[in-house]
Amino acid sequence: MSEPTKAQAPSAAGGGGPSRGGIPGLGALGGLGEMRHLGLLGALALLVVVGMVTRPDNFATASNLVSILSLAATIGVITVGATFVIIGGGIDLSVGAVMALASVWATTVATQSYGPVIMAICAILVGTGAGLVSGLLIAYGRLVPFIATLAMLVAARGLAQRMSDRKTQLIDADNAALVDLSTTRVLGIPLLVYIFALVVVLGWVVLNRTTFGRRTYAVGGNPEAARLAGIDVRRHTMLLYALSGMCCGIAAILIMARTTTGSSTHGDLYELDAIAAVIIGGTLLTGGRGTIMGSILGLLIFTLITNLFILNGLNTSDQLIAKGLIIVAAVLLQRRNLKERAP
Amino acid sequence: MLVMKGIVKQFPGVRALDGVDLDVRAGEVHCLLGQNGAGKSTLIKVLAGAHQPDEGTIVFNGAEVRPSSPIDAIRLGFATIYQELDLVDGLSVAENIFLGHEHARFGFVNRPAARRAAREVLERLGHGEIRPSAEVGRLSPAAKQVVSMARALSHDAHLIIMDEPSAALAHDEVANLFRIIRELTAQGVAVVYISHRLEEIREIGDRVTVLKDGRTVAVGLSARDTPTTQIVSLMTGRNVEYVFPAKAGRSPGDEVLTVEGLSSPGVFSDVSFSVRAGEIVGLAGLVGSGRSEILEAVYGARPATGRVLLDGRPVGRTVVDTVRHGMGLAPEERKAQALLLDQSVTANITLGGLTGFARFGWLDRKREREEARRLAEMLDIRPPDPERPIRTLSGGNQQKAVLARWLLGGRKLLLLDEPTRGVDVGARAELYAVIRDLAEQGIGVLLVSSEVPEVLGLADRVLVVREGTVIHEGDAAGLDEHGVLDMIMNGRAA
Repeated sequence: MSEPTKAQAPSAAGGGGPSRGGIPGLGALGGLGEMRHLGLLGALALLVVVGMVTRPDNFATASNLVSILSLAATIGVITVGATFVIIGGGIDLSVGAVMALASVWATTVATQSYGPVIMAICAILVGTGAGLVSGLLIAYGRLVPFIATLAMLVAARGLAQRMSDRKTQLIDADNAALVDLSTTRVLGIPLLVYIFALVVVLGWVVLNRTTFGRRTYAVGGNPEAARLAGIDVRRHTMLLYALSGMCCGIAAILIMARTTTGSSTHGDLYELDAIAAVIIGGTLLTGGRGTIMGSILGLLIFTLITNLFILNGLNTSDQLIAKGLIIVAAVLLQRRNLKERAP
Repeated sequence: MLVMKGIVKQFPGVRALDGVDLDVRAGEVHCLLGQNGAGKSTLIKVLAGAHQPDEGTIVFNGAEVRPSSPIDAIRLGFATIYQELDLVDGLSVAENIFLGHEHARFGFVNRPAARRAAREVLERLGHGEIRPSAEVGRLSPAAKQVVSMARALSHDAHLIIMDEPSAALAHDEVANLFRIIRELTAQGVAVVYISHRLEEIREIGDRVTVLKDGRTVAVGLSARDTPTTQIVSLMTGRNVEYVFPAKAGRSPGDEVLTVEGLSSPGVFSDVSFSVRAGEIVGLAGLVGSGRSEILEAVYGARPATGRVLLDGRPVGRTVVDTVRHGMGLAPEERKAQALLLDQSVTANITLGGLTGFARFGWLDRKREREEARRLAEMLDIRPPDPERPIRTLSGGNQQKAVLARWLLGGRKLLLLDEPTRGVDVGARAELYAVIRDLAEQGIGVLLVSSEVPEVLGLADRVLVVREGTVIHEGDAAGLDEHGVLDMIMNGRAA
């Protein structure tokens, strides 16, 4: 856990430990990022304990853990993209619909005739393209992100329905290699979980170790200062949405692998799960602050809750109520942290 | 009327007020002086009810009071106009004036009554032209100031506290502010006036209280007759008679910046000038004269026609281009336009030159930290810890960090808009020295300031801007404050 200090001071992250310079207030400052993730880890551990107590027979089994991770993988990839957009001061409501569109486009008869590799590339290109359109509208068309991506949500869902004629499109036996992503296991874990992990690592590296990541914090934290410092804020904003779209394309590949289908109904309300995970992870909706690790922990908490409710045969409505309460609790706790942080 | 005695306010780790005495008489303008951190803001907040003192007494009109909340303070008749205006941009002028004490019945606002009352207050302030129904966000800073003051008056205040009211105002607007203050005091209202500008205090103030390190070091000095050297030495504990560094020793080099026929309709027109390497050129003018806008246009942050050449070559008209070609801007609103407040000093310094530390987008963070540390040491940014969040630094040190940002990657031209706004006297002298030092290194500097002495003291050459045109250009040595002010206000050439 050396990375998550990013939230307070990117350049202090990872480098020389949390408390530099020996100023007492600062030590606390540097440590709070970790503290917050400790809270999330604690919540996660608590859920694991609950799982082990309530279902000692089948919670801590390899197959259950794999199913949790596989479930988390799809939204997880989307969450990485959403974290970038939200740190950059925006919001992307279109993620679920764009993923559905990418899955449909990649499973049309025409695309399938080119084989699994082209199908995967198609999904990524469609996702990126849709994100780019949203990004152009927001950055150069000066549309509010909420509105532009809401329009994209509706339109992408509609386009997916039109392309698929509202039918679920099965992946041909010839293209079973794509499905292998969910069935082939390395060390007992399906390949798609590795893809998820790779996206998380790449996302972390880009956010914490590159100029792109640093500029994302700047653009979200103070767009005017970023502009006057010579950063091309519009181009950067556009790229953030393209990145989010690209993540949706990758997520589309994962969901095709998991369900062996492309469908206009995939990813319904994923945008809400992704945004909720980002918020629980401590990223500010106003931009400029946040971490990938937090978002992933937030997502895992959500996924675990779903899993626990299913394992214990509980009502899915109660599950939604529990999730709602968790969002509120997480934000209230973070606000307390922020207050302690303020001088 | 108001007597504060032995006020102590303790914060965790800091004794912000350590025995402050203040005594304000009805109908006077009592000036509060002190460096940043001397305790002025804390003292105001005690009066405004935002902080409760740990020790000491406040006696108002013969009775001991203890404002326990902002509402309580308002009920006592204390009104505060803060440095950073606390208006709601999306509401109308009338709604802002009566925010919190609306003309309402059963929760429904009586809008005609509120507008009428707002108009009365505004007229009393001599600003009948501000429409009560106008949206506050669209008003000029000066008009917002008037609205703030109208709000204070609407509470029927006996004591009005003004924290740097002139900071956002141009010269003629300050004159109007003073007129309003005089009218208020004539009605028996007492005004506590806080400003960094000594000349204002001389003009408007009756008596002066000086704070230093949370203590009162002088009470009731005459605002007009106390020598500047005495006031400054009380504030700083040392005699500062000379703050500006010596002018350029050697003659400036080649032209770095050439501006030809720069125009922006309705803002400024046909502006031509040049800045040479190692030279500081000052733009003097009122707020709204076009001086800041000229700076922004040169930087590519504002559309304009005309030619801007850097080292004799035309540069593109976007900030991305001008920065790439070697310009840097320290904007007027430091917090809103320059800083990432949540981030470290390092991240703020390197923001403009990130690509210099990157290879294929990959940041070399060790080199970034080292470079930021080197610059922070060079400019003596305190505390000397570049990993600290920048919001914990004082205004002067934040400004140094903004300057440090542009020392990366070899700037040719620095544009400074009000570089010493909100910076205390001691830190100002340091900033002046830093700016002069940069020029000595061969950087061209274009400076905008509302304070004429600052332009004259710092710049080698001065352009006087009035109503969007340059009406005078000449060596700073050939000008004095009176002459420049005359040009700025009356448009007469010297």
